[in-house]
Amino acid sequence: MSAVSGLLAPRTAAIAMAVLLLLVLPLWVGNAYYVNIASQILFFAVFALALNVLVGYGGLTSLGHAGLFAMAGYTAALLLARGHGHLVADTAALLVTVATAAVYAVLSLRATGIGFLMITLAIGQILWGIAYRWASLTNGDNGVNVSSRPMPFGLDLSGADGFYYLCLVVFLACVGSMAVVVRSPFGASLRGTRDQERRMAALGYDVWLIRFWAFLLSGFWSGVAGLLFLYYNQFISPQVVALTTSAEALLMVIAGGTATLLGPIVGAALVVIMKNVVSAYIVRWNMVLGIIFILIVSFMPEGLVPGSARLWAWARHRLRHGKPKPAAPGPVAAPPASGGKEGVR
Amino acid sequence: MPRVTRRAVLAGTAAGTAAAVIGMPAIAQATPFKIGLLTVKTGPLAQGGIQMEQGIMTLLKQRGSTFAGRKVELVSADTGGNPAGAKTKASELIERDNVDVILGPLAAFELLALNDYIRQKGTPLMSLAAAEDVTQRQTNPFIMRPSATSAQCCHVLGDYAAKELKYRRAATISEDFAFGYEQMSGFQRVFEDGGGKVVKKLWPPLVTPDYTPYIAQIGNVDCVANGFAGSNPVKFMRAYADLGMKRIPLLAGWTAMDDALLKSLGDEAVGVVSAAWYSASLDSPVNKQFVADMAKDHNVLPGGYSAGMYIAGQVVEAALQKTGGKSDDKKAFNEALRGVSLQDTPRGPVKFDKYGNVVGDVHIRRCERKGGQLVNTIVKTYPDVSQFWTYGDQAFLANPVYSRDYPPAKNLE
Repeated sequence: MSAVSGLLAPRTAAIAMAVLLLLVLPLWVGNAYYVNIASQILFFAVFALALNVLVGYGGLTSLGHAGLFAMAGYTAALLLARGHGHLVADTAALLVTVATAAVYAVLSLRATGIGFLMITLAIGQILWGIAYRWASLTNGDNGVNVSSRPMPFGLDLSGADGFYYLCLVVFLACVGSMAVVVRSPFGASLRGTRDQERRMAALGYDVWLIRFWAFLLSGFWSGVAGLLFLYYNQFISPQVVALTTSAEALLMVIAGGTATLLGPIVGAALVVIMKNVVSAYIVRWNMVLGIIFILIVSFMPEGLVPGSARLWAWARHRLRHGKPKPAAPGPVAAPPASGGKEGVR
Repeated sequence: MPRVTRRAVLAGTAAGTAAAVIGMPAIAQATPFKIGLLTVKTGPLAQGGIQMEQGIMTLLKQRGSTFAGRKVELVSADTGGNPAGAKTKASELIERDNVDVILGPLAAFELLALNDYIRQKGTPLMSLAAAEDVTQRQTNPFIMRPSATSAQCCHVLGDYAAKELKYRRAATISEDFAFGYEQMSGFQRVFEDGGGKVVKKLWPPLVTPDYTPYIAQIGNVDCVANGFAGSNPVKFMRAYADLGMKRIPLLAGWTAMDDALLKSLGDEAVGVVSAAWYSASLDSPVNKQFVADMAKDHNVLPGGYSAGMYIAGQVVEAALQKTGGKSDDKKAFNEALRGVSLQDTPRGPVKFDKYGNVVGDVHIRRCERKGGQLVNTIVKTYPDVSQFWTYGDQAFLANPVYSRDYPPAKNLE
């Protein structure tokens, strides 16, 4: 073990361990039900990470992402129902979703903060209305069934394990590409537009364009998550487009920690487990989830992941030096989350 | 990095399954029979979901949790009233808890979301959800419905309105979703076949704070048929009476005048004529016992949601009696379920057509006040009503499923 950690940076080792753990997960949980829960965590994590591009790194809180998530699902489901192949349906779904994200962006990027939130909310509600009311196209309330999952390269994804590995591959691709984006100059400039909008503009950056690209990226990954959701359930209905889906994704991001890669993943795991596993034992699981969120907001307003890191650092310091650091366990420097309005005006 | 191949995973799973199978026969009879209940305990549909649970619990209590000499265990799961939740919970019941049969879910869209999954898993399911096509054009060999399709009672209502009440002009009003469309289309089809005309169709959204603007559009008609569900009927009937509309008789589908609603209703409900497949006022020993036990254990007057689950439980019991308590052979057990024919259920005789939908009595009731209490008094019983009414399955299924636009309303004014 020490040889390994000597060779690799602890961070790399931790990531390798985590990936290894995810790879063997179906072996040790065994039961298909729990493997399915793990798949759900993975694709909701992709969705939360997609939303986090805007919320965390761009400082733009969207409440309309369910529209993008469902746009991919609906496009693919409707094309499949009309007899098109999986490849055609999925490609078209992603294209349509990115195009929709572009429309979202053009309409909503006129504003930031609350204005942005309200515009995305409104567009999301319009899409919900279309899914619900344009029954001749979407089959309305009764939803659309997808009879089979795709079989890429002849791999059978109909079982829980097969589908889990699909989700895992997509999830890793998403996390990897997001890490690249976040660390790239584009990621830095996106954070710049969040923290110092006017200074960025003064430096010659096109703030609108940076945000527009971020929106497209977020839309693309939301679409990917939406496709996984569709194939997981093999069914889509207007409930998916509803505000609760958007709000839940936002809760995942905020609970886990905005502007981190790990945060939305932890948040997705928290929400999915509460919703599906804990609800089997506690009837009022909604209340438990609510209490957990209140606790998170009270004690770790920056989210679970950064909050735990801070508490851990504080505890270690205390153990080593035997006395509390002057800065007690209050949030020291929470990253500017949604809004990011403290920039120079 | 060690790669886990799919084959290794499959081998692991297969080994686990094999181990489980080998261990099985010795304990086969000793293991309890598991009923999974897909219900809704949170959100707007929770009231119906809780009634469902009370219904099946009442039956289990009466039988000492034993069907055909075998212990019965109930595993209850809350879907939250949405399709994705229903799917996840169904997978929990089937893959984790290994239930032998699923009762539920409640809502049409939940059942539609499960349709393919149940077909794939082959676990029998008995639902109250009215999504018609599941026992019609998308029939599923493992899904049965012991309650009624959306239109099953409304066909009867249309017939009674046209032939017995001699109404000629009707307006319909129901929520703007599939259950509403299917009910009102069924009413319209039979009512117009009987010589009536539906001259107005109104579709308020599922969540409507005030029905006044809709009621104001009703116009000059002999009767108004409504197909509301959940708590909407209470709001609607109150608004209807408050606007002085009671001079125009009100007709109702089963959810719109369910007996469980009576405690929330007042004089506005008196005189409403409804068609329902279950009525708490039915005079049979088994129903009287059911009503008494529901009153004793849960302090409620049972409606269709409770009765439906009670009857579903009776069907399971009858199937277990046929197989001698065995359910290991899923296929044989499913066959046994579909072949069940019962005389003594709270709703009366019950049997199933080849599509898995119930054939049973539908009652026409008139709401009255008796000794201070509201009662749905049965005025006529249509025996052995099929989901296809009198049209015959072939002819019926040749048409598209009932919807907002089908059958077309030709007499709108």
